[in-house]
Amino acid sequence: MPGEGTWLTDPAVQLNEEMLIRRIREGEHDLFYELIRPYERRVYSAALAILRNEADAEDVAQEAVLKALKHIRQFRAESRFSTWLIQITVNEARMRIRKHHAHMTEPIVDHQDEEGNYIPRDFADWREIPSETLERKEVRQKLAEALATLGKKYREVFVLRDMQHLSIEETAKALGISTASVKTRLLRARLMLRDLLAPGLGGSWSSRLSFEKGTKPW
Amino acid sequence: MVVKCEEVWREISNYLEGDVEPDLRMAMEEHIRGCKRCTAVLDGTRNVVQLYGDERMVEVPLGFSQRLQHRLEENMPRSRRGFLGWMVAAAAAVLVAGSIEVGRSSIFSRPELRSEHAKPGAGVPPDMVVVVSTDGKIFHRSGCPFIHDKAHVQTLTAREAMREGYAPCVRCMKQYLIAS
Repeated sequence: MPGEGTWLTDPAVQLNEEMLIRRIREGEHDLFYELIRPYERRVYSAALAILRNEADAEDVAQEAVLKALKHIRQFRAESRFSTWLIQITVNEARMRIRKHHAHMTEPIVDHQDEEGNYIPRDFADWREIPSETLERKEVRQKLAEALATLGKKYREVFVLRDMQHLSIEETAKALGISTASVKTRLLRARLMLRDLLAPGLGGSWSSRLSFEKGTKPW
Repeated sequence: MVVKCEEVWREISNYLEGDVEPDLRMAMEEHIRGCKRCTAVLDGTRNVVQLYGDERMVEVPLGFSQRLQHRLEENMPRSRRGFLGWMVAAAAAVLVAGSIEVGRSSIFSRPELRSEHAKPGAGVPPDMVVVVSTDGKIFHRSGCPFIHDKAHVQTLTAREAMREGYAPCVRCMKQYLIAS
């Protein structure tokens, strides 16, 4: 998979991180920004995946980073720093939801039975959506809208695994669920998104996602 | 080994992860080759993974890094510094002392609201990130559909917005309105 994932497992990066963490613990707190800079986008996107609101996501991202700084001594080197940071972010975001519970509405799909098999709804020949179309804001926006219609438990898993390229094990750890649950939810999230973006389900774009009738940006 | 469509769908995600036994993988591949429906499911699922996995899908709001860095700087614990560090710290202390003065006056006298009809809020988290339009009177959460002049919006913290006399939006900030 592209980019970030491979770079983050680079031993040189990890070594540099260990050194940074050691120096921060010894009192050079100013280095903390350097430590988290490669991950700030991921922290934000993890928060956004859970909260679906930009202002809340930014606020929670900031809180999570501050918390990581405050508790840097509790970080244990057996997990990756990025996983630990995302774990804190997930907790902060979930806490925010609990606090404002009355104001957050989750889509009905969240209550769907996880155990039952998901049957794909569209079987028309798949017309590929090329990666280059991601240059266009409207395409990115429609993909983000499709993702936002998924229930929280599917969104969380999908974002951590498929957008942030955490491993199945790391995703499970960050969310506090079993690897089996990660796999089940991931399957369902991917198939649901496929149906939402499918060429053959034309009508569903306008009725379910309130997209302009019949037009897709690819 | 022979597999049916349902089994292919159930394992399609693991298949893309490279997480199925060799026997099953071969059986799935053979099935998919002869099945238009499963080909469509595989192509689509692979496309979904590839699109969302692209770095371009993760967008952060404008100014996010700067605001984060700023917030961190505000909350840095005391650290061992060199001479220059102490100079900077001393300069910052002077600034902080100045802003305490300003802060104090704003606690005792609530700033005048820009709108005579609006009501001030209560309990708005001071560090919440909000947006205002330059000539507006109200502050909003960034996604609020009731922002009037979207072309001239500015992002700031709730503390700053309130200090400048903006009042909370009655829609997106409903929970912070003082009941009349």
